[in-house]
Amino acid sequence: MELPIDYMTLRVIWWGLVGVLLIGFAIMDGFDMGVAALLPFVAKNDSERRAVINTVGATWEGNQVWFILGGGAVFAAWPFVYAVSFSGFYLAMFLVLTALILRPVGFKYRSKRPGKAWRRNWDWALFAGGFIPALVFGVAMGNVLQGAPFSFDSDLRATYHDMFLGGLLGLFTPFTLLCGLVSAAMLVLQGSTWLGLKLEKGIVRDRALRFGFFAALAVIVLFAAGYVFVRFSGLGFSVVDAVNPAGASNPTRAEVVPMAGAWLANYSKYPWMWAAPALGFVGPVVAIFGQRLRSDWLAFGGSSLAIVGIIGTVGCSMFPIILPSTVDKHSSLLVWTASSSHLTLFIMLLVTLVFLPIVLLYTAWVYKVLFGRISTEHLKTNPDLY
Amino acid sequence: MDLSTVELSRLQFALTAMYHFLFVPLTLGLSFMLVIMESVYVLTRKEVWRTITRFWGLLFGINFVLGVATGLTMEFEFGMNWSYYSHYVGDIFGAPLAIEGLMAFFLEATFVGLMFFGWEKLSRPAHLMVTFLVALGTNLSALWILIANGWMQHPTGAEFNPATMRMEVTNFIDVLFNPVAQAKFVHTVSAGYVLAAVFVMGVSAIYLWNNKWTSIAKRSMAVAAAFGLASSLSVVVLGDESGYALTDNQKMKLAALESMWHTEKAPAGISVFGIPNVKEQRTDFDIKIPYVLGLIATRSVDTPVVGILDLTDKAEMRIRSGIIAYDGVEKLKVNADDMDARALFEAHKADLGYALLLKKYVPDPRMATNEMIVKASLDTIPNVPVMFWTFRLMAGLGFAFIALFAIAFLMVTFEKHNNRLFLLVCMIAIPFPWIAIEAGWVLAEIGRQPWAVDGVLPTFMGASSLSKGQIWATIIGFTLVYAIMAVIEVRLMIRAINKGPYESKLGRMHDDPEVSTTDDPALPVVGPAE
Repeated sequence: MELPIDYMTLRVIWWGLVGVLLIGFAIMDGFDMGVAALLPFVAKNDSERRAVINTVGATWEGNQVWFILGGGAVFAAWPFVYAVSFSGFYLAMFLVLTALILRPVGFKYRSKRPGKAWRRNWDWALFAGGFIPALVFGVAMGNVLQGAPFSFDSDLRATYHDMFLGGLLGLFTPFTLLCGLVSAAMLVLQGSTWLGLKLEKGIVRDRALRFGFFAALAVIVLFAAGYVFVRFSGLGFSVVDAVNPAGASNPTRAEVVPMAGAWLANYSKYPWMWAAPALGFVGPVVAIFGQRLRSDWLAFGGSSLAIVGIIGTVGCSMFPIILPSTVDKHSSLLVWTASSSHLTLFIMLLVTLVFLPIVLLYTAWVYKVLFGRISTEHLKTNPDLY
Repeated sequence: MDLSTVELSRLQFALTAMYHFLFVPLTLGLSFMLVIMESVYVLTRKEVWRTITRFWGLLFGINFVLGVATGLTMEFEFGMNWSYYSHYVGDIFGAPLAIEGLMAFFLEATFVGLMFFGWEKLSRPAHLMVTFLVALGTNLSALWILIANGWMQHPTGAEFNPATMRMEVTNFIDVLFNPVAQAKFVHTVSAGYVLAAVFVMGVSAIYLWNNKWTSIAKRSMAVAAAFGLASSLSVVVLGDESGYALTDNQKMKLAALESMWHTEKAPAGISVFGIPNVKEQRTDFDIKIPYVLGLIATRSVDTPVVGILDLTDKAEMRIRSGIIAYDGVEKLKVNADDMDARALFEAHKADLGYALLLKKYVPDPRMATNEMIVKASLDTIPNVPVMFWTFRLMAGLGFAFIALFAIAFLMVTFEKHNNRLFLLVCMIAIPFPWIAIEAGWVLAEIGRQPWAVDGVLPTFMGASSLSKGQIWATIIGFTLVYAIMAVIEVRLMIRAINKGPYESKLGRMHDDPEVSTTDDPALPVVGPAE
């Protein structure tokens, strides 16, 4: 059967779609994580904490699906990436999953008993469920940029070569920690601008905005530090020789080697890509201005733009590489060599084009129904709130 | 205890999947029961039905979060512990998982928040629609997961591509309308409905026993009895059996759960009792009802049900054929333009997976001895005693539920639901659907062994290259977290049940049938948000 879109184009489209899903996840689930990470610090007593929790109380479940969908989409579109990264970052994934498991349970169960200790424990569980994933996702991004120690045999079975403490501690280097901090700051900013939108004016909201200001500054400084590191550390990988972009999905057919400055090469080749890092800096500035001008929407929009820019920067810097191998020249995963078959990519594109707009429509409707600030008055009168 | 990484990964998957499936069936069934209860509320406008819906909705919520939380693990566990599996079949298997997220899970998760928080913000019909969308989403979730699982049982619409060393989709429609997946879906969601009905009936029985909240309990029990009767019939009648004649592995599964070593003259009888004797390959003390198995499994009177030993003979032939395909693949790796190798591969590719069974004994299947081939063919027999007993446990309970709901239906219809013995039976019944459902999962997954994907990829090939320490760390970690969650969940459930369907908004602390059966003008009218 002749498909109406050629294989190479589909592969590029899916590179973009995975990026869209990652960004969707960071924007939507990002404010949940940021709110949870801020919870113990911006809200001091139970009614303050309930107010903060209820800003995301009705919507965190839907937002979390972006994470699950991200996993499913990577599985369907880039089975190699799904297979190699989650088993390679095994214990880190375990850490993230346990932290994320605490979150739904924390939201739902905290309100079910009045006990002080009960609620305080869940508050810290929620903090862990917000902060740990926010940090580890950044560390994971850092490891993707830095490359991972895996190789394929001729059956395309992956093995890992650096098993220092189960491969967990090997993931934490100065650079990947820096990336983790960028991610944590970015999501805390997202959470703080969300609280700015959803909380009634008062002391909790003021504290959240103050955290947001420092988070925005941190995003700018840390993102710049990331650039400096990439520019001067010799980090980067480059594809040797042209790889047929419509060839079979077999990573061993491409040769990828470390090369200083390679992560910056795309920007001279495709100057439009500068838009991504530029947004990474403009976004937090807009967020700060939004807060100064008392425009909560502008602040939230700026923070979301920062997410688009920063995640976009990782994608643009690496294209067409997805996950480089540090130990084997013929194992790195490329957009051209690690995707699903032509037919699967095409079918999944159709499914996405039909269902993603529907999802966005009803999500928007739900947010419209729930529109408005959470006040302490609500907490007293509405028995359904957490 | 010395377990290989494969065994450890299987243990971990079994633990996390079976734990996940403690919560999912209740979500599947209770969500539709909420739709029924709320529909009655919307149609009759009687406050009591609103209270009923909100009460069961509360229990639904406590259960739902754990289903969601443990589902997170499942979504990533294939990549974490079954890396080679993920590569080998990701082209097919990943799609239903992604579609599940996009089409089903988004639906249920986005609306579930509104279901809990939207009572004051939505009109009655709009809120009912939200509840319905949650139920639809959860059940569509089950559909896509079972399409993925059904493909593992009956991998249709795909073939091996030597250039990418994996299975690739050739016909997506076949994957979607896989008959095994369809049968599994109906069977599994019906089982979830039965579980929810038994749960609602049992909790209602507790209230009736204690003479508390009777107007709520009586009505809930009526809904559960009717819903449960229909579902328990559907779970047995539309059982998994219909798929058992399709593939060699499905045939093997059927033969194993019947402990039927030799092909029997059609139509075969079904064992009601027996003791499988694996060593001597026969069934001791076998008591059979004639004809029944043949009729169920083949839907005919003249097709024989094939026995285990005839199936292993066939497996041996397929292993020999698979070795030729394997040889073709190895030659194509070296030279993709080798026409002879490609021709051999094409002729034998359907059996490639069978050659991989030999990798348990020898790195290169082409070097296998005759003895190894015979051993590998015997590996295609799943654990017969486990199959035999879990099937009888599951099916026996299935019939018991039909009886329970038939009685319940009569009791409710003739207003005899205060009979103490009946209430006691309802309460005792609560845990049994969980046992039946977990037995069903064991039956389906143990029955598929030694395959991860029937005839395509042996389970031991699918595991990630992890160390035992890593897997132990996560097994212990998940077990700890899950155990704590289970204790908390059960406590909260019991607390909520003890507290009863008390509506704080209306301040109705006592169950007063005079007030709660009709709309009381003195109470605030709950309508659309202003």
